[in-house]
Amino acid sequence: MLKQIEGSHAMAEAIALCRPEVICAYPITPQTHIVEGLGELVKEGSLVDCEYINVESEFAALSVAIGASAAGARAYTATASQGLLFMAEAVYNASGLGLPIVMTLGNRAIGAPINIWNDHSDAMSMRDSGWLQLFAETNQEAVDLHIQAFRIAEELSMPVMVCVDGFILTHAMERIDIPDQTAVDAYLPPYDPVQVLDPASPISIGAMVGPEAFTEVRFLAHYKQMQALRLIPEFAGEFARQFGRNSGGLLRAYRTEDAELLVVAMGSICGTIKDTIDEMRDDGIRVGLVTIVSFRPFPVDALRNALAGAKDVVVIEKSVAVGMGGQLADNIGAAIRNLTRAPRLHSAVAGLGGRSITRASLHHLFRQAAVQPWEGTHFLDLNEKVVGREIHRKRKNRRSGPTAENILRQLAIATGLPAAE
Amino acid sequence: MSNPITTIAPEEAVQKLKYYQKGTFTVGNRLVAEADRSVQASRDRSNALTCGHRACQGCGEALGARYAIDAAMRATNNNLIAVNATGCLEVFTTPYPETSWQLPWLHSLFGNAAAVATGVAAAMRVKRRSDIRVVAQGGDGGTTDIGFQCLSGMFERNDDVLYICYDNEGYMNTGVQRSSATPPTARTATTAAVGPEPGNVFGTGKSVPRIAVAHNIPYVATATVADLHDLERKVTKAMSVRGARYIQIDVPCPLGWGAASHDTIRVARLAVECGFYPIFEAEHGRVTQVRKIRRQVPVIDYLKLQRRFAHLFKEGQEDPRVVRLQAICDANIAEYGLIDAVDEDE
Repeated sequence: MLKQIEGSHAMAEAIALCRPEVICAYPITPQTHIVEGLGELVKEGSLVDCEYINVESEFAALSVAIGASAAGARAYTATASQGLLFMAEAVYNASGLGLPIVMTLGNRAIGAPINIWNDHSDAMSMRDSGWLQLFAETNQEAVDLHIQAFRIAEELSMPVMVCVDGFILTHAMERIDIPDQTAVDAYLPPYDPVQVLDPASPISIGAMVGPEAFTEVRFLAHYKQMQALRLIPEFAGEFARQFGRNSGGLLRAYRTEDAELLVVAMGSICGTIKDTIDEMRDDGIRVGLVTIVSFRPFPVDALRNALAGAKDVVVIEKSVAVGMGGQLADNIGAAIRNLTRAPRLHSAVAGLGGRSITRASLHHLFRQAAVQPWEGTHFLDLNEKVVGREIHRKRKNRRSGPTAENILRQLAIATGLPAAE
Repeated sequence: MSNPITTIAPEEAVQKLKYYQKGTFTVGNRLVAEADRSVQASRDRSNALTCGHRACQGCGEALGARYAIDAAMRATNNNLIAVNATGCLEVFTTPYPETSWQLPWLHSLFGNAAAVATGVAAAMRVKRRSDIRVVAQGGDGGTTDIGFQCLSGMFERNDDVLYICYDNEGYMNTGVQRSSATPPTARTATTAAVGPEPGNVFGTGKSVPRIAVAHNIPYVATATVADLHDLERKVTKAMSVRGARYIQIDVPCPLGWGAASHDTIRVARLAVECGFYPIFEAEHGRVTQVRKIRRQVPVIDYLKLQRRFAHLFKEGQEDPRVVRLQAICDANIAEYGLIDAVDEDE
């Protein structure tokens, strides 16, 4: 049914359609509206046979989900940013135990400095945790990905993180098609766990594993993710046949035919990139976009095929591995490094802490890649004046004070605002 | 289930005749006819935690866990799931592919046992299997320190979980470091017995049983491996109640305390008899029962059996800090009324 609805509430409705049995709620911006929506659905009685538990931290949220999932219940929680870091130990534990928990990540920057706005640093911090990570481009896809996520998670017995851009998606009101219960029930069978805590046949779960078997355990976790490379497109295909629209999959191509320059990105920024590409195509520039939906598992083969014909690849990502560069660019570099005619790779970090990524900046960036390629990581729209002043000041004064506050002071000076000295 | 467990009502566990062991004031079994013996000596008593595990000789925690979980299984007709925090109990019971547990058992992390247990209980409720009960268990480190936030959250929500803390007063699994349950002056790997204030310092640490009582949860109790019938009775009582429950058991650690393996029970008994470890029960925020001290012993008798307190008795000199430890015992005795004004046994 088509609805004019906030992204978070649409996701809450989609999650409710998946009949979760245990939901653990802890507030953190920008994810909070999702668990609020679910709480309301449980309280009013439209989501039945569901335990909604207000926990005392994100660490407890995922821990409660771990207990519920191990005991055979379909478990769900949501978090963002600092919350994901606070539950980090449980994130690795859930995947290590092979529990098919689904968690929404309302993508948000990680502090310090504290910042509530959108980027992908949180998701990147857990990229090697063993969870599958799927990135939604639109709120419609966010809705659809949650339904697919439960299916994938339970088929593989592995947890899935659905990554949705904070505010840009979570707080946007738009027209979204919410599937009906019958269709979701037909797509998503009831949870039938591979192992479960049952007094009728007691098993011990969570034993210690030493050097004699740890490598094999990790190999099998990797093997499961490789299986997911087959399952994700399969379930997306099934979803398309049943619900009549394409959502999910490993990656998507947009105007990539005959493209010399290919842009690679994840999440909601792909909308702006598509508009930019349309304008550049009008100018006769052969440019296209590859949208990565599945960051974990990383679709190496699919990417190699998609990028093989291009001369230049520009990777735009909302995260930076400080001291190295962009994680997505790094992963793509690894994927294409053995191509006989590998395209040149250009890495750009953009939209950190919620900074807007404009079409004007993208135009400039894409054109530059072909004519004036840069080395290393380019920080899009970096305020070089502010950075320069601060670097200069620090050279002069060793006791330089807190970085974030200094940057804000320099920004105030650079923009002509009165600043307290 | 594969292990049939004989059900013995707690009242049957209480002996009619009492024989006190010589010099210890402990009720013994040896002089009683076999038919009259209590559960402790029964040949077909159950084992939730079977033999073959790798606990140290004289481990108080292994003993406490076996009796506590056995009692909980009897009380629930074996419909029990255990969640275990990381620690000695977890490590020595599950050297996979072997496991000592005869009930469904889950280990997740060091600090989240209470929350994981909440999740298991929620799953049972939603699956309409509330007859299946949940026990969470951990050592004092996993309970009073790193697991404290999850524990308090579970209490506050009044989730249907019995949390059992096996209190051996330190991080024994990692090599005897101080926890917030380590008593003053005790030597640990991180509170060395050197300097002007050797061992753990006075004025630190916390009493989680007291804090549990302050949550107004339905049931809180302390217990000791020196009185296993009392422990069984408390676990049985805890399982007859719904909501959040907490039992903390004093479990001496021969390795960490520097006590002889054959002295585990003796040390635990002395901890109670000197007033160092008050044994009480509380319901809904009020203390309802205390275990009276039969014959008070000075704290020195308790301390001298343990090398972790050896620095208090160097070269025959008694450290003045012993007086402060005695004061703690006296304060416990006064606070909980552990000694009647007139002892009827005298």
